Amino acid sequence: MKQKIVASLDAAVADIPDGARIMFGGFGGAGFPNNLIQALSRKGVKNITAISNNCGTREGELGIMFKNGQVRHVIASFPGPHANYFQDRFAKGEVTCELVPQGILCERMRAAAAGLLGFYTTVGVATEVANGKEERVIDGKRCILESPIHADFALIKARKADELGNLTYRLAARNFNPIMAMAADTTIVEVDEIVPVGAIEPENVITPAIFVHRIIQAKGVRFAG
Amino acid sequence: MTEKPRLTREQIAQRAAKELIDGAYVNLGWGIPNLIADYLPKGLTVYFHSENGILGMGRRAKPGEEDYDLVDAMKVPVTLIPGASFFHQADAHLMTRGGHLDVAVLGGFQVSEKGDLANWKIPGSKGSGGIGGAMDIAAGAKTLIVCMEHNTKEGAPKIVKKCSYPLTGIACVNTVVTDLAVLDATKEGLQLRELAPGWSADEVQNLTEATLIVRGQVPEMKLAGN
Repeated sequence: MKQKIVASLDAAVADIPDGARIMFGGFGGAGFPNNLIQALSRKGVKNITAISNNCGTREGELGIMFKNGQVRHVIASFPGPHANYFQDRFAKGEVTCELVPQGILCERMRAAAAGLLGFYTTVGVATEVANGKEERVIDGKRCILESPIHADFALIKARKADELGNLTYRLAARNFNPIMAMAADTTIVEVDEIVPVGAIEPENVITPAIFVHRIIQAKGVRFAG
Repeated sequence: MTEKPRLTREQIAQRAAKELIDGAYVNLGWGIPNLIADYLPKGLTVYFHSENGILGMGRRAKPGEEDYDLVDAMKVPVTLIPGASFFHQADAHLMTRGGHLDVAVLGGFQVSEKGDLANWKIPGSKGSGGIGGAMDIAAGAKTLIVCMEHNTKEGAPKIVKKCSYPLTGIACVNTVVTDLAVLDATKEGLQLRELAPGWSADEVQNLTEATLIVRGQVPEMKLAGN
Protein backbone atom coordinates (compact mmCIF):
# COMPACT_ATOMS: atom_id res chain seq x y z
CA MET A 1 0.00 0.00 0.00
CA LYS A 2 1.27 3.44 -0.88
CA GLN A 3 2.26 5.29 2.27
CA LYS A 4 0.38 8.57 2.44
CA ILE A 5 0.65 9.27 6.16
CA VAL A 6 3.44 11.74 6.79
CA ALA A 7 5.47 12.08 9.97
CA SER A 8 4.90 15.73 10.76
CA LEU A 9 3.16 18.89 9.67
CA ASP A 10 6.49 20.34 8.56
CA ALA A 11 7.24 17.25 6.48
CA ALA A 12 3.79 17.50 4.87
CA VAL A 13 4.58 20.91 3.36
CA ALA A 14 8.37 20.55 2.98
CA ASP A 15 8.40 20.48 -0.83
CA ILE A 16 5.99 23.38 -1.44
CA PRO A 17 8.11 25.89 -3.37
CA ASP A 18 8.04 29.67 -3.55
CA GLY A 19 5.56 30.84 -6.20
CA ALA A 20 3.27 27.81 -5.78
CA ARG A 21 -0.48 28.01 -6.48
CA ILE A 22 -2.20 26.71 -3.36
CA MET A 23 -5.86 26.12 -2.50
CA PHE A 24 -6.97 26.47 1.13
CA GLY A 25 -10.25 24.93 2.31
CA GLY A 26 -12.55 26.43 4.94
CA PHE A 27 -15.46 28.80 5.38
CA GLY A 28 -16.79 30.81 8.29
CA GLY A 29 -14.19 29.55 10.75
CA ALA A 30 -15.00 25.88 9.98
CA GLY A 31 -12.90 23.41 8.02
CA PHE A 32 -9.66 25.40 7.77
CA PRO A 33 -6.38 23.42 7.64
CA ASN A 34 -4.99 25.67 10.36
CA ASN A 35 -2.15 23.38 11.40
CA LEU A 36 -0.92 23.02 7.81
CA ILE A 37 -1.18 26.79 7.31
CA GLN A 38 0.97 27.31 10.41
CA ALA A 39 3.52 24.84 9.04
CA LEU A 40 3.57 26.58 5.67
CA SER A 41 4.04 29.88 7.42
CA ARG A 42 6.97 28.46 9.43
CA LYS A 43 8.55 27.16 6.26
CA GLY A 44 8.57 30.72 4.96
CA VAL A 45 7.39 30.11 1.38
CA LYS A 46 7.01 33.33 -0.58
CA ASN A 47 5.13 34.71 -3.57
CA ILE A 48 2.36 32.17 -3.42
CA THR A 49 -0.98 32.44 -5.18
CA ALA A 50 -3.67 31.65 -2.60
CA ILE A 51 -7.02 30.32 -3.77
CA SER A 52 -9.48 30.52 -0.91
CA ASN A 53 -12.96 31.80 -0.17
CA ASN A 54 -11.55 34.41 2.20
CA CYS A 55 -8.28 35.90 3.41
CA GLY A 56 -8.17 35.08 7.10
CA THR A 57 -9.46 36.38 10.39
CA ARG A 58 -6.79 38.68 11.80
CA GLU A 59 -3.83 36.29 12.36
CA GLY A 60 -6.06 33.24 12.17
CA GLU A 61 -6.61 30.93 9.23
CA LEU A 62 -4.84 32.47 6.21
CA GLY A 63 -4.20 35.73 8.10
CA ILE A 64 -0.72 34.70 9.23
CA MET A 65 0.37 34.26 5.60
CA PHE A 66 -0.61 37.86 4.82
CA LYS A 67 0.89 39.16 8.05
CA ASN A 68 4.21 37.59 7.03
CA GLY A 69 3.97 38.83 3.44
CA GLN A 70 4.03 35.36 1.90
CA VAL A 71 1.18 35.84 -0.57
CA ARG A 72 1.49 37.68 -3.88
CA HIS A 73 -1.90 37.01 -5.49
CA VAL A 74 -5.30 35.93 -4.22
CA ILE A 75 -8.28 34.36 -5.93
CA ALA A 76 -11.21 34.70 -3.50
CA SER A 77 -14.92 35.40 -3.34
CA PHE A 78 -15.06 37.28 -0.04
CA PRO A 79 -11.75 38.39 1.50
CA GLY A 80 -13.70 39.32 4.62
CA PRO A 81 -14.19 42.14 7.10
CA HIS A 82 -11.58 40.77 9.54
CA ALA A 83 -8.85 40.06 6.98
CA ASN A 84 -6.92 43.14 8.09
CA TYR A 85 -3.45 41.83 7.11
CA PHE A 86 -4.69 41.10 3.59
CA GLN A 87 -6.44 44.47 3.31
CA ASP A 88 -3.32 46.38 4.46
CA ARG A 89 -1.14 44.73 1.84
CA PHE A 90 -3.85 44.99 -0.83
CA ALA A 91 -4.09 48.76 -0.18
CA LYS A 92 -0.31 49.07 -0.58
CA GLY A 93 -0.36 47.06 -3.82
CA GLU A 94 1.74 44.26 -2.32
CA VAL A 95 -1.01 41.72 -2.97
CA THR A 96 -3.27 41.54 -6.02
CA CYS A 97 -6.74 40.03 -5.89
CA GLU A 98 -9.19 38.48 -8.34
CA LEU A 99 -12.71 38.46 -6.91
CA VAL A 100 -14.83 35.55 -8.13
CA PRO A 101 -18.49 34.85 -7.31
CA GLN A 102 -18.49 32.07 -4.73
CA GLY A 103 -20.34 29.41 -6.69
CA ILE A 104 -18.34 30.22 -9.81
CA LEU A 105 -15.14 29.82 -7.78
CA CYS A 106 -16.37 26.31 -6.92
CA GLU A 107 -17.28 25.50 -10.51
CA ARG A 108 -14.00 26.81 -11.92
CA MET A 109 -12.13 24.51 -9.55
CA ARG A 110 -14.46 21.66 -10.39
CA ALA A 111 -13.90 22.29 -14.10
CA ALA A 112 -10.16 21.94 -13.52
CA ALA A 113 -10.80 18.72 -11.60
CA ALA A 114 -13.06 17.35 -14.30
CA GLY A 115 -10.82 18.07 -17.27
CA LEU A 116 -13.17 20.72 -18.63
CA LEU A 117 -11.65 23.77 -20.27
CA GLY A 118 -14.37 26.24 -19.31
CA PHE A 119 -18.08 26.91 -19.14
CA TYR A 120 -20.63 29.63 -19.83
CA THR A 121 -22.67 31.21 -17.04
CA THR A 122 -25.16 34.03 -16.56
CA VAL A 123 -23.53 34.83 -13.19
CA GLY A 124 -21.65 38.11 -13.32
CA VAL A 125 -22.96 39.29 -16.70
CA ALA A 126 -22.76 43.11 -16.93
CA THR A 127 -20.80 43.28 -13.66
CA GLU A 128 -17.11 43.92 -12.94
CA VAL A 129 -16.61 40.16 -12.99
CA ALA A 130 -17.33 40.10 -16.73
CA ASN A 131 -14.46 42.45 -17.61
CA GLY A 132 -12.22 40.93 -20.26
CA LYS A 133 -14.30 37.77 -20.61
CA GLU A 134 -15.93 36.48 -23.78
CA GLU A 135 -19.68 37.14 -23.80
CA ARG A 136 -22.27 35.40 -25.96
CA VAL A 137 -25.98 34.63 -25.99
CA ILE A 138 -27.19 31.07 -25.43
CA ASP A 139 -30.92 30.26 -25.38
CA GLY A 140 -31.60 33.99 -25.36
CA LYS A 141 -29.52 34.53 -22.21
CA ARG A 142 -26.42 36.68 -21.98
CA CYS A 143 -23.55 34.66 -20.53
CA ILE A 144 -19.80 34.83 -20.03
CA LEU A 145 -17.03 32.29 -20.45
CA GLU A 146 -15.30 31.20 -17.24
CA SER A 147 -11.99 29.32 -17.18
CA PRO A 148 -10.79 26.51 -14.89
CA ILE A 149 -8.80 27.20 -11.71
CA HIS A 150 -6.14 24.63 -11.01
CA ALA A 151 -3.56 24.47 -8.22
CA ASP A 152 -0.24 22.83 -7.49
CA PHE A 153 -1.29 22.01 -3.94
CA ALA A 154 -4.53 21.89 -1.96
CA LEU A 155 -4.37 22.14 1.83
CA ILE A 156 -7.61 20.83 3.29
CA LYS A 157 -9.21 19.76 6.57
CA ALA A 158 -11.31 16.64 7.12
CA ARG A 159 -12.65 14.88 10.17
CA LYS A 160 -11.34 11.43 9.49
CA ALA A 161 -9.09 9.67 6.98
CA ASP A 162 -8.43 6.01 6.54
CA GLU A 163 -4.84 5.03 5.75
CA LEU A 164 -5.65 5.11 2.03
CA GLY A 165 -6.95 8.69 2.18
CA ASN A 166 -10.70 8.18 2.03
CA LEU A 167 -12.20 11.15 3.87
CA THR A 168 -15.24 12.12 5.88
CA TYR A 169 -16.09 15.61 7.09
CA ARG A 170 -17.86 17.01 10.12
CA LEU A 171 -21.07 19.10 9.83
CA ALA A 172 -20.57 22.29 7.79
CA ALA A 173 -16.77 22.01 8.00
CA ARG A 174 -17.02 20.23 4.64
CA ASN A 175 -17.58 23.41 2.57
CA PHE A 176 -14.80 23.91 -0.04
CA ASN A 177 -12.62 20.98 1.06
CA PRO A 178 -13.95 18.18 -1.19
CA ILE A 179 -13.84 20.45 -4.26
CA MET A 180 -10.28 21.63 -3.66
CA ALA A 181 -9.17 18.06 -2.99
CA MET A 182 -10.05 17.26 -6.61
CA ALA A 183 -8.54 20.32 -8.27
CA ALA A 184 -4.88 20.23 -7.24
CA ASP A 185 -1.90 18.10 -8.32
CA THR A 186 -1.09 17.31 -4.69
CA THR A 187 -3.71 17.31 -1.94
CA ILE A 188 -2.56 17.42 1.66
CA VAL A 189 -5.18 16.79 4.33
CA GLU A 190 -5.07 17.37 8.06
CA VAL A 191 -7.51 15.23 9.99
CA ASP A 192 -8.63 14.76 13.57
CA GLU A 193 -8.29 11.01 13.31
CA ILE A 194 -6.66 8.34 11.10
CA VAL A 195 -8.40 4.96 11.02
CA PRO A 196 -7.49 1.61 9.40
CA VAL A 197 -8.52 0.85 5.83
CA GLY A 198 -12.06 -0.48 5.90
CA ALA A 199 -13.07 1.42 9.02
CA ILE A 200 -15.04 3.94 6.96
CA GLU A 201 -18.07 2.41 5.27
CA PRO A 202 -17.53 2.80 1.51
CA GLU A 203 -20.92 4.47 1.13
CA ASN A 204 -19.97 7.06 3.74
CA VAL A 205 -16.80 8.20 2.00
CA ILE A 206 -17.16 11.82 0.89
CA THR A 207 -13.75 12.32 -0.76
CA PRO A 208 -12.40 9.12 -2.36
CA ALA A 209 -8.74 8.32 -1.69
CA ILE A 210 -7.72 8.91 -5.32
CA PHE A 211 -7.79 12.65 -4.62
CA VAL A 212 -5.68 12.54 -1.45
CA HIS A 213 -1.88 12.35 -1.49
CA ARG A 214 -0.68 13.15 2.03
CA ILE A 215 -2.37 12.68 5.40
CA ILE A 216 -1.38 14.23 8.69
CA GLN A 217 -3.17 13.92 12.00
CA ALA A 218 -3.24 17.26 13.78
CA LYS A 219 -4.95 18.77 16.75
CA GLY A 220 -4.84 21.95 18.66
CA VAL A 221 -5.07 24.98 16.41
CA ARG A 222 -8.46 26.57 16.12
CA PHE A 223 -9.39 30.17 15.49
CA ALA A 224 -12.83 31.21 16.67
CA GLY A 225 -14.53 34.50 15.83
CA MET B 1 -39.53 68.88 10.46
CA THR B 2 -39.66 65.38 11.80
CA GLU B 3 -40.38 62.83 9.13
CA LYS B 4 -43.18 60.33 9.59
CA PRO B 5 -42.10 57.02 11.09
CA ARG B 6 -40.86 54.39 8.72
CA LEU B 7 -40.71 50.65 9.34
CA THR B 8 -37.81 49.44 11.48
CA ARG B 9 -35.37 46.89 10.09
CA GLU B 10 -37.20 44.25 12.13
CA GLN B 11 -40.53 45.30 10.62
CA ILE B 12 -39.11 45.09 7.09
CA ALA B 13 -38.03 41.53 7.93
CA GLN B 14 -41.44 40.82 9.43
CA ARG B 15 -43.20 41.97 6.25
CA ALA B 16 -40.80 40.04 4.01
CA ALA B 17 -41.40 36.87 6.06
CA LYS B 18 -44.99 36.94 4.84
CA GLU B 19 -43.75 36.33 1.28
CA LEU B 20 -42.56 32.84 2.25
CA ILE B 21 -44.77 29.81 1.68
CA ASP B 22 -44.97 26.55 3.60
CA GLY B 23 -42.31 24.04 2.59
CA ALA B 24 -40.21 26.58 0.67
CA TYR B 25 -36.43 26.26 0.32
CA VAL B 26 -35.08 29.67 1.21
CA ASN B 27 -31.71 31.45 1.34
CA LEU B 28 -31.34 34.54 3.53
CA GLY B 29 -28.53 37.01 2.87
CA TRP B 30 -26.65 39.33 5.21
CA GLY B 31 -28.31 42.26 6.96
CA ILE B 32 -32.07 42.68 7.17
CA PRO B 33 -32.77 39.33 5.39
CA ASN B 34 -31.00 37.50 8.20
CA LEU B 35 -33.66 38.78 10.63
CA ILE B 36 -36.49 37.11 8.70
CA ALA B 37 -36.02 33.73 10.40
CA ASP B 38 -37.23 35.33 13.65
CA TYR B 39 -40.55 36.37 12.10
CA LEU B 40 -41.82 33.25 10.35
CA PRO B 41 -45.61 33.08 10.54
CA LYS B 42 -46.76 30.39 12.99
CA GLY B 43 -47.31 26.93 11.52
CA LEU B 44 -45.03 27.59 8.54
CA THR B 45 -42.09 25.25 7.96
CA VAL B 46 -39.34 26.67 5.78
CA TYR B 47 -36.07 24.93 4.90
CA PHE B 48 -33.29 27.45 5.22
CA HIS B 49 -30.33 26.97 2.91
CA SER B 50 -26.83 28.18 3.75
CA GLU B 51 -24.20 28.60 1.06
CA ASN B 52 -21.63 26.70 3.12
CA GLY B 53 -23.59 23.51 2.58
CA ILE B 54 -26.58 23.28 4.89
CA LEU B 55 -30.23 22.68 4.10
CA GLY B 56 -32.62 22.72 7.04
CA MET B 57 -30.79 25.24 9.19
CA GLY B 58 -32.62 26.00 12.42
CA ARG B 59 -32.40 28.78 14.99
CA ARG B 60 -29.15 30.25 16.24
CA ALA B 61 -27.34 28.18 18.86
CA LYS B 62 -27.93 29.18 22.48
CA PRO B 63 -24.98 29.94 24.77
CA GLY B 64 -23.27 26.65 25.62
CA GLU B 65 -24.81 24.94 22.61
CA GLU B 66 -22.41 26.39 20.00
CA ASP B 67 -20.52 24.05 17.68
CA TYR B 68 -18.14 26.03 15.48
CA ASP B 69 -18.29 23.40 12.74
CA LEU B 70 -21.99 24.26 12.40
CA VAL B 71 -22.19 27.92 11.39
CA ASP B 72 -24.22 29.96 8.92
CA ALA B 73 -22.86 32.17 6.14
CA MET B 74 -22.30 34.95 8.67
CA LYS B 75 -20.14 32.66 10.83
CA VAL B 76 -22.81 32.46 13.54
CA PRO B 77 -23.28 29.05 15.25
CA VAL B 78 -26.68 27.61 14.33
CA THR B 79 -28.76 24.48 14.87
CA LEU B 80 -30.50 22.04 12.54
CA ILE B 81 -34.13 21.04 12.10
CA PRO B 82 -35.18 17.41 11.51
CA GLY B 83 -34.51 16.43 7.91
CA ALA B 84 -31.46 18.65 7.51
CA SER B 85 -28.57 17.72 5.24
CA PHE B 86 -24.97 18.72 4.49
CA PHE B 87 -23.22 19.02 1.12
CA HIS B 88 -20.17 20.80 -0.25
CA GLN B 89 -20.03 24.42 -1.41
CA ALA B 90 -20.33 23.57 -5.13
CA ASP B 91 -23.62 21.76 -4.55
CA ALA B 92 -24.75 24.59 -2.26
CA HIS B 93 -24.35 27.00 -5.16
CA LEU B 94 -25.68 24.53 -7.68
CA MET B 95 -28.86 25.02 -5.65
CA THR B 96 -28.66 28.83 -5.77
CA ARG B 97 -27.66 29.13 -9.41
CA GLY B 98 -29.65 26.26 -10.85
CA GLY B 99 -33.06 27.57 -9.83
CA HIS B 100 -33.59 24.98 -7.10
CA LEU B 101 -34.35 27.41 -4.26
CA ASP B 102 -37.86 28.79 -4.09
CA VAL B 103 -36.93 32.14 -2.59
CA ALA B 104 -33.74 34.06 -1.95
CA VAL B 105 -33.69 37.28 0.07
CA LEU B 106 -30.76 39.68 -0.28
CA GLY B 107 -29.90 43.08 1.11
CA GLY B 108 -29.38 45.91 -1.35
CA PHE B 109 -27.64 49.24 -1.93
CA GLN B 110 -29.64 50.03 -5.08
CA VAL B 111 -32.41 48.44 -7.15
CA SER B 112 -33.20 49.81 -10.62
CA GLU B 113 -36.55 50.05 -12.35
CA LYS B 114 -35.44 47.17 -14.60
CA GLY B 115 -34.86 44.97 -11.55
CA ASP B 116 -31.06 45.29 -11.57
CA LEU B 117 -29.41 44.90 -8.17
CA ALA B 118 -26.28 46.49 -6.69
CA ASN B 119 -25.38 45.10 -3.27
CA TRP B 120 -21.70 44.26 -2.95
CA LYS B 121 -19.59 47.39 -3.17
CA ILE B 122 -19.99 51.08 -2.47
CA PRO B 123 -18.05 53.14 -5.01
CA GLY B 124 -14.99 54.73 -3.46
CA SER B 125 -15.05 52.46 -0.42
CA LYS B 126 -11.69 51.29 0.90
CA GLY B 127 -10.48 47.75 0.55
CA SER B 128 -11.05 44.90 -1.84
CA GLY B 129 -14.81 44.55 -1.42
CA GLY B 130 -16.26 41.07 -1.51
CA ILE B 131 -18.82 39.30 -3.67
CA GLY B 132 -19.45 36.10 -1.73
CA GLY B 133 -22.48 34.20 -2.98
CA ALA B 134 -24.58 37.21 -3.99
CA MET B 135 -23.99 37.02 -7.75
CA ASP B 136 -24.78 33.30 -7.91
CA ILE B 137 -27.92 33.83 -5.85
CA ALA B 138 -29.05 36.85 -7.89
CA ALA B 139 -28.56 34.98 -11.17
CA GLY B 140 -30.36 31.82 -10.15
CA ALA B 141 -33.10 32.38 -7.60
CA LYS B 142 -36.61 31.50 -8.75
CA THR B 143 -37.88 34.45 -6.71
CA LEU B 144 -35.49 37.14 -5.52
CA ILE B 145 -36.68 39.49 -2.79
CA VAL B 146 -34.55 42.48 -1.78
CA CYS B 147 -34.95 43.95 1.70
CA MET B 148 -33.47 47.39 2.30
CA GLU B 149 -34.18 50.90 3.49
CA HIS B 150 -35.92 53.02 0.86
CA ASN B 151 -33.30 55.77 1.14
CA THR B 152 -29.68 56.10 2.23
CA LYS B 153 -28.83 57.67 5.58
CA GLU B 154 -28.24 60.91 3.65
CA GLY B 155 -31.71 60.62 2.11
CA ALA B 156 -30.70 59.63 -1.44
CA PRO B 157 -33.07 57.25 -3.21
CA LYS B 158 -32.00 53.62 -3.37
CA ILE B 159 -34.72 52.73 -5.88
CA VAL B 160 -33.24 54.29 -8.99
CA LYS B 161 -33.61 54.49 -12.76
CA LYS B 162 -30.18 52.95 -13.29
CA CYS B 163 -27.79 51.60 -10.66
CA SER B 164 -24.69 53.77 -10.21
CA TYR B 165 -23.08 51.30 -7.79
CA PRO B 166 -21.26 48.18 -9.07
CA LEU B 167 -23.85 45.65 -10.19
CA THR B 168 -24.56 42.27 -8.62
CA GLY B 169 -26.93 41.14 -11.36
CA ILE B 170 -29.25 42.46 -14.06
CA ALA B 171 -33.04 42.04 -14.27
CA CYS B 172 -32.90 39.66 -11.31
CA VAL B 173 -35.10 41.26 -8.62
CA ASN B 174 -38.75 40.21 -8.31
CA THR B 175 -39.86 42.07 -5.19
CA VAL B 176 -38.46 44.83 -3.01
CA VAL B 177 -39.53 45.30 0.61
CA THR B 178 -38.45 48.64 2.07
CA ASP B 179 -39.30 50.70 5.13
CA LEU B 180 -41.88 52.55 2.99
CA ALA B 181 -43.33 50.08 0.50
CA VAL B 182 -43.55 46.69 -1.18
CA LEU B 183 -42.72 46.86 -4.89
CA ASP B 184 -42.90 44.26 -7.65
CA ALA B 185 -40.64 44.29 -10.71
CA THR B 186 -42.75 43.99 -13.87
CA LYS B 187 -41.91 44.30 -17.56
CA GLU B 188 -43.19 47.87 -17.45
CA GLY B 189 -41.24 48.81 -14.32
CA LEU B 190 -41.62 48.76 -10.55
CA GLN B 191 -45.21 48.51 -9.38
CA LEU B 192 -46.28 49.72 -5.96
CA ARG B 193 -48.03 46.82 -4.19
CA GLU B 194 -48.28 48.08 -0.61
CA LEU B 195 -47.49 51.20 1.41
CA ALA B 196 -46.12 51.52 4.93
CA PRO B 197 -48.78 52.66 7.42
CA GLY B 198 -49.39 56.39 7.11
CA TRP B 199 -47.62 56.89 3.76
CA SER B 200 -49.23 57.83 0.44
CA ALA B 201 -48.18 56.74 -3.04
CA ASP B 202 -47.17 60.33 -3.87
CA GLU B 203 -45.01 60.64 -0.78
CA VAL B 204 -43.20 57.39 -1.59
CA GLN B 205 -42.77 58.44 -5.22
CA ASN B 206 -41.14 61.67 -4.05
CA LEU B 207 -38.50 59.63 -2.23
CA THR B 208 -37.91 57.36 -5.24
CA GLU B 209 -35.88 58.12 -8.37
CA ALA B 210 -37.52 55.44 -10.53
CA THR B 211 -41.04 56.16 -11.75
CA LEU B 212 -43.37 53.83 -9.88
CA ILE B 213 -46.39 52.20 -11.45
CA VAL B 214 -49.49 52.81 -9.35
CA ARG B 215 -52.68 50.93 -10.23
CA GLY B 216 -55.77 51.93 -8.25
CA GLN B 217 -55.78 52.27 -4.49
CA VAL B 218 -52.56 50.90 -3.00
CA PRO B 219 -53.29 48.97 0.22
CA GLU B 220 -51.48 49.48 3.51
CA MET B 221 -48.86 46.90 4.52
CA LYS B 222 -49.97 44.34 7.06
CA LEU B 223 -47.32 43.03 9.38
CA ALA B 224 -47.76 39.60 10.89
CA GLY B 225 -49.80 39.62 14.05
CA ASN B 226 -51.95 42.65 13.24
